[in-house]
Amino acid sequence: MTKVIKVKKRNREFLLKTEEMSGEHITMCEQCGICTTSCPMAEDMDISPASIIHLVQIGDESVLDSTAIWLCASCYTCTVRCPRGIDLAAITEALRQQTLRKSIDYIDLKSLDREELEELPAIALVSALRKYTS
Amino acid sequence: MSKKIGVYVCHCGGNISDTVDVEDVAKYAEKQGDVVVVRSISHMCSEEGQKAILNDIKEEGLDKVVVSACSPQFHGPTFRKVVEKAGLNPAMVEMANIREQSAWPHFNDKKAATEKAKRLTKAAIDDIRDREPVVPEKMKIGRNVLVIGAGIAGIQASLDLADSGFNVYLVEKKPAIGGHMAQLSRTFPTNDCASCILSPKMADVVEHPNIHLYTYSEIESIDGTIGNFTAKIKQKPTYVDPSRCTACASCTEVCPTLVSDENNEGLSLRKAIYLPSRIAVPHSYVLDEDACLGLQPIACGKCVDACEANAINYEQKPKHITVKADTIIVATGYDIFDAKRKPQYGYGRYTNVINALEMERMIVEAAEGEPLRPFGKKIAFIQCVGSRDITVGNPYCSRICCMYATKLSMLLKGMIPDADVTVFYTDLRSFGKGYEEYYKRAQEMGVRYIRGRPGELHENPKNKKIKMKVEDTLTREIIDDEYDLVVLSVGLEPSKGTKEIAQMLKIPQSSDRFLQEAHPKFRPVDTAIDGVFIAGTAQGPKDIPDTVAQAGAAAARAIRMMNKGEFVMDPVKAFVHEDLCEGCGDCVSACPVEAISMAGPLAEINSAVCKGCGSCISSCPTEAIDLRLFSNTGLRDEINGVLDGKQEGENRVVLFADDMCTYRLADGVGTAKMEYSSDVYIIRVPSSSRVTPKFILEAFERGADAVFLGECEGPVSPYPDTATPIQKNISVAKRVLEKAGIEPDRIVFSQFVTVMYKGFVSKVNNLAALSKEYGNIPEEKRKGLLKLLEEVEG
Repeated sequence: MTKVIKVKKRNREFLLKTEEMSGEHITMCEQCGICTTSCPMAEDMDISPASIIHLVQIGDESVLDSTAIWLCASCYTCTVRCPRGIDLAAITEALRQQTLRKSIDYIDLKSLDREELEELPAIALVSALRKYTS
Repeated sequence: MSKKIGVYVCHCGGNISDTVDVEDVAKYAEKQGDVVVVRSISHMCSEEGQKAILNDIKEEGLDKVVVSACSPQFHGPTFRKVVEKAGLNPAMVEMANIREQSAWPHFNDKKAATEKAKRLTKAAIDDIRDREPVVPEKMKIGRNVLVIGAGIAGIQASLDLADSGFNVYLVEKKPAIGGHMAQLSRTFPTNDCASCILSPKMADVVEHPNIHLYTYSEIESIDGTIGNFTAKIKQKPTYVDPSRCTACASCTEVCPTLVSDENNEGLSLRKAIYLPSRIAVPHSYVLDEDACLGLQPIACGKCVDACEANAINYEQKPKHITVKADTIIVATGYDIFDAKRKPQYGYGRYTNVINALEMERMIVEAAEGEPLRPFGKKIAFIQCVGSRDITVGNPYCSRICCMYATKLSMLLKGMIPDADVTVFYTDLRSFGKGYEEYYKRAQEMGVRYIRGRPGELHENPKNKKIKMKVEDTLTREIIDDEYDLVVLSVGLEPSKGTKEIAQMLKIPQSSDRFLQEAHPKFRPVDTAIDGVFIAGTAQGPKDIPDTVAQAGAAAARAIRMMNKGEFVMDPVKAFVHEDLCEGCGDCVSACPVEAISMAGPLAEINSAVCKGCGSCISSCPTEAIDLRLFSNTGLRDEINGVLDGKQEGENRVVLFADDMCTYRLADGVGTAKMEYSSDVYIIRVPSSSRVTPKFILEAFERGADAVFLGECEGPVSPYPDTATPIQKNISVAKRVLEKAGIEPDRIVFSQFVTVMYKGFVSKVNNLAALSKEYGNIPEEKRKGLLKLLEEVEG
């Protein structure tokens, strides 16, 4: 079914909040898609990097539920190549922060046993711990 | 004499009145001395506004007019004409620039914008109050035009001028004329063959009695002003006499040296002695001296032996030609974007990644039966390579790439029946007459358009095909495919020659580096330099129809200027107050153009030579030298005006802006709605070298917290060297500040070109922040500055 978007004040607030947090003019994106094919993770994402920006432009908060924003490796290739000079990595970070700041779903460090700690990728641990500081 | 000043505050249909409380400004103007009429009108430049001024001059007997509206760069001429029509001297009107300098850059702060608009209006009223009428001098102008560049723009302008009876010197860098158009296959949206429609025009150029064509020639220097330009041209030797050469090709056949052929964009080879192209005009062979084995019969000499017409002469030397011209048309064109600057597309590394101009040549040569390289079947075009891309510094749209890619796609479909052609675009622009229909035709022929921009290309090492992933941004799917050939639709940049001529003639460049027109709408082919016009892609990317229209317009504007036989000189000139001049002669060496002499007991200024910079003024110990329209009293009054009513704790920075760069730059910053501190007040001067140490210190005495002097960067300045006298003036003023115990870094000097938007904003903001941090200068410190100056200078 074709999705119908109703523009509400709330949508605009989400855009402005993300713009403020990232310091980027998200409305400036012209949706050329160069970010998507520059992204090493794009094919594993549920929505493309260009879609992330598009959803923020229209204020669709469902973008926060995407796996894409968590798969971003912050390699900055998109940022380097964006013809409008938009820092996409900063925007995905701003989106991640919005979930992190809700302060739900912490990992209880004590519950992890030694074996798990040794096997977990370091980056996953750091990410998990960041929730305590965001 | 009683004075009657009328003040007119413009709303600019909301452009000003949405931010500035225009009624408040009008009320404030009413309180100023000698002001007898104040009106606020929706559009001062409209007939209604102009009529109001005319009526008031007649009915109320106004003798001075102040228009508080936009930049004098925009409507200064409009209002000078209005007061002239009413019988006043054109110098009897002054504009307060409350749009570009207040309403626009301070749109976020209505109160500050309104207060600033009041001061700017007051400064204009004070400036004009004692102004004397100025009668500009006239000079004779002849009928000779220098046209630089013989692409389609230069050709069209030359033919129009020559047909109207004017004498044209047409200079072309390459050995043959025609420019890029002579390289193209066909032209959109009619698909007629480019060389077929261009050739007759090129032949007309050669045969026209009024056109003197110099090919293989470069401009070494241009001096002078309108009516009196002198261009030095160097014509390189071709070593072949075109009047004897029959283009029989026997020289080429025996020539042993092969080099890359620039006419085919390096896709083929040519000999050292060659015909520039199949359609070359002049149709004569050229010997490339860099490629030739030695230019002497001992080294090789095969071509000389082979030439039956005896046309080849190794002894030819460069010719140096001096041309006198009254006006100049610059048609120096574009260079294509070098796709190597986007390394992720692999241009130059991958065999099957080419640019669109190479594709043009491939199609032309294939039609001639001499294919340059294989086309393949599956072909992709990538749009916006080097356009609309700030990562390479080109934020602009090149305007022609959508249509040329459409054209090339259609031609490929026609040539190769089972060709699979896809155009990957970001936005498709088919804005011109017949272009949308053209696009539709391509779609009917089966050219596929997909909206997406690829990130990178890779070469398949096995078959050399190009692997490319693109997000179809409409379906959100990633298309992963291989192509036989990928064509990069490269954008346009101002050519190297365009940039060189801009420096030589001091034509301002806009932020995209193309040549800047005098007004984006109403003077699209004029430049800031009187008598210099622009046509074609030197001014900005455009297609052939627009180029030809613009070339005709440039010719018409040049004719308009020359046809009258005389030209009214710029009224801004230095002059001597004879009652004040003591005949010391210090000014003679201060003049950068040697316009001042001491033939008699007093200094004399030659107005034809004087450029009106005002550098001489600081050298005069008695203020005997003055500048018309930017007089000493006027400047003093303006300084007082912008510092009027300053309260304790308020921060005010006086920015002296040279007319050519800093003032226009500030207008540009305002137009772009870039905000800067509303503490900054701009005073227009021809050059900041006109601002003597005394004026700088007077500004401080009157309460300025900082002074900024802005000047053109050397190469674009209309004056020889003004930075040196400015530095000298500043060091004197700084010494005085130091003596008085005031921070000397309250004075800042900076040089600009009209594109340094961000630099301007950060520099003026930094100074405003600094002086705010320092706080106001205590009255006891600033009141003695002029006395200290006498000590320092004495």
